[in-house]
Amino acid sequence: MSVEVQSQPIARQPDLRTLTRLLTALALVGLLAAPFVVYPVLLMSMLCFALFACAFNLLIGYVGLLSFGHATFFGGAAYFTAHAVKVWGWDPLAGILLGVLGAAILGLVVGFLAIRRQGIYFAMITLALGQMFAFICLQVPFTHGEDGIQGVPRGHLLGFIDLNEPLSMYYVTLAIFLFGFFAVWRIVNSPFGNILKAIRENERRAVSLGYRVDRYKLGAFVMSAALAGLAGGTKAIVFQFATLTDVQWQMSGEVILMTLLGGIGTLVGPVVGAAFVIALQNYLASSDFPVTVLIGIIFVVCVLVFRRGVVGELLEFVRRREGRPD
Amino acid sequence: MMVNATPILNASGITMEFRGFVAVNNVNLSIREGTIHALIGPNGAGKTTVFNMLTKFLTPTRGSIEFRGRDITGLKPAEVARLGLVRSFQISAVFPHLTVLDNVRIALQRPAGLSTQFWRSSNVLSRLDEQAIELIEAVNLAAYTHLPAVELPYGRKRALEIATTLALDPAMLLLDEPMAGMGHEDIGRISDLIRRISKGRTILMVEHNLHVVSDLCDRVTVLARGEILADGSYDVVSADPRVREAYMGTEHD
Repeated sequence: MSVEVQSQPIARQPDLRTLTRLLTALALVGLLAAPFVVYPVLLMSMLCFALFACAFNLLIGYVGLLSFGHATFFGGAAYFTAHAVKVWGWDPLAGILLGVLGAAILGLVVGFLAIRRQGIYFAMITLALGQMFAFICLQVPFTHGEDGIQGVPRGHLLGFIDLNEPLSMYYVTLAIFLFGFFAVWRIVNSPFGNILKAIRENERRAVSLGYRVDRYKLGAFVMSAALAGLAGGTKAIVFQFATLTDVQWQMSGEVILMTLLGGIGTLVGPVVGAAFVIALQNYLASSDFPVTVLIGIIFVVCVLVFRRGVVGELLEFVRRREGRPD
Repeated sequence: MMVNATPILNASGITMEFRGFVAVNNVNLSIREGTIHALIGPNGAGKTTVFNMLTKFLTPTRGSIEFRGRDITGLKPAEVARLGLVRSFQISAVFPHLTVLDNVRIALQRPAGLSTQFWRSSNVLSRLDEQAIELIEAVNLAAYTHLPAVELPYGRKRALEIATTLALDPAMLLLDEPMAGMGHEDIGRISDLIRRISKGRTILMVEHNLHVVSDLCDRVTVLARGEILADGSYDVVSADPRVREAYMGTEHD
């Protein structure tokens, strides 16, 4: 019996690997050629949110923690980057790195406080801390309250890449996105990621093997926050502003929706989900149809009909065709 | 067998209260190094609670615990495991969707210093394969190496759990009902396995199968209603009228 079960995946694996490589190459070519077909600002918006969703997915998909306060890291980083670039005149890359660092520190604080609780309590603590942070952003002078930080210059990356050129800006954003996507992939498929999987599978057992699981969860939380910060900082450069929208709870909700729609715990799912939601918002922005109503409907349908998300269901379909049991 | 007279684990006066209900009351346990020690007793006697206290999954309301001469009463469960006191669980504790190989490697990662590296490919873990496969072979699971743990038959899951625990090379193992729900054949196999791994280690096990206990264990502690009823060799304990009554009493329920 065991022989039969074992031989199947081994026989199929080379097939799947070539297919994966082919799809990856196609996606890369598509991403490189995209700005000649689609409006670059829309693409950059998709990339920023896709990275944000990937960062969020690292936490919910691979550690099983639902954070309801990820806007803090995304929006916080946007403020830090915008301030550094506009007021201090930093290089855009240095500004983005400051955003990442700031988001990581915020992640350390929020994670430290929230990680001791699980499930809904964890979500509620992150939400509450997120609300507190949004309030702070409304009050402190450097964020300029309701106005936000406007007119952030894109500047020259490393002094010589002119980011005012839409194409340069696009390729820099793409590079940042690919770096973040690769980072998530690497973390998930690393020795550390292996322990995260073990903790999600059976936390008590991981503890009894001597793993201080709180530290692993906190580590993953900080990494997720830092990557969310990378997305937020980049967004501040692309759109040249940072506002309250980015730190409010609706943004935390949006990233949950994107990830859920695309497929929690799949690497590509959050990218697909983010691209879909952004495209929809963009398409409906010019019509009178209320976007939130449609997104609400899609959300309900997703939860009712395809709970694994688009990519999750697709993978499940492939798996079932391979004849492997669930 | 050489039996060291000094206790490796010493619990004095440990008590566990849950909102006024005393689950375990003033238990003194002294486990000698190198022995297989059984903790038996009718259902609800508090055996698992004692286990949870010894491995710090519960903190005793009163009393203290010493392991290898060190007070561990205030430590966290992961710290206790790091000191070499490792437990198994009543409900088989494996990582269900990881393969047998991965299950064992998870345990090996920490001692090998390969558990926090998030920037490297998990391919580096292949250097643990040799050691892992050795452990897997030791519990006769070689044929299942690449199968997800969830697909193993029940008895094999327990064997995997033991292999995973052994990967830490612990000085002392706490096995919570290693034979629970097993068929005759599996019981024989796991008994042999426990005897084999007991060389150079101390084992404390909760077990219901008295045949296994008499066969395997050097010393037996009987727990009933949260208190120690008897303590000694199997022959002495099984002859104790109070022990007989405690067991008969539950059989009539």
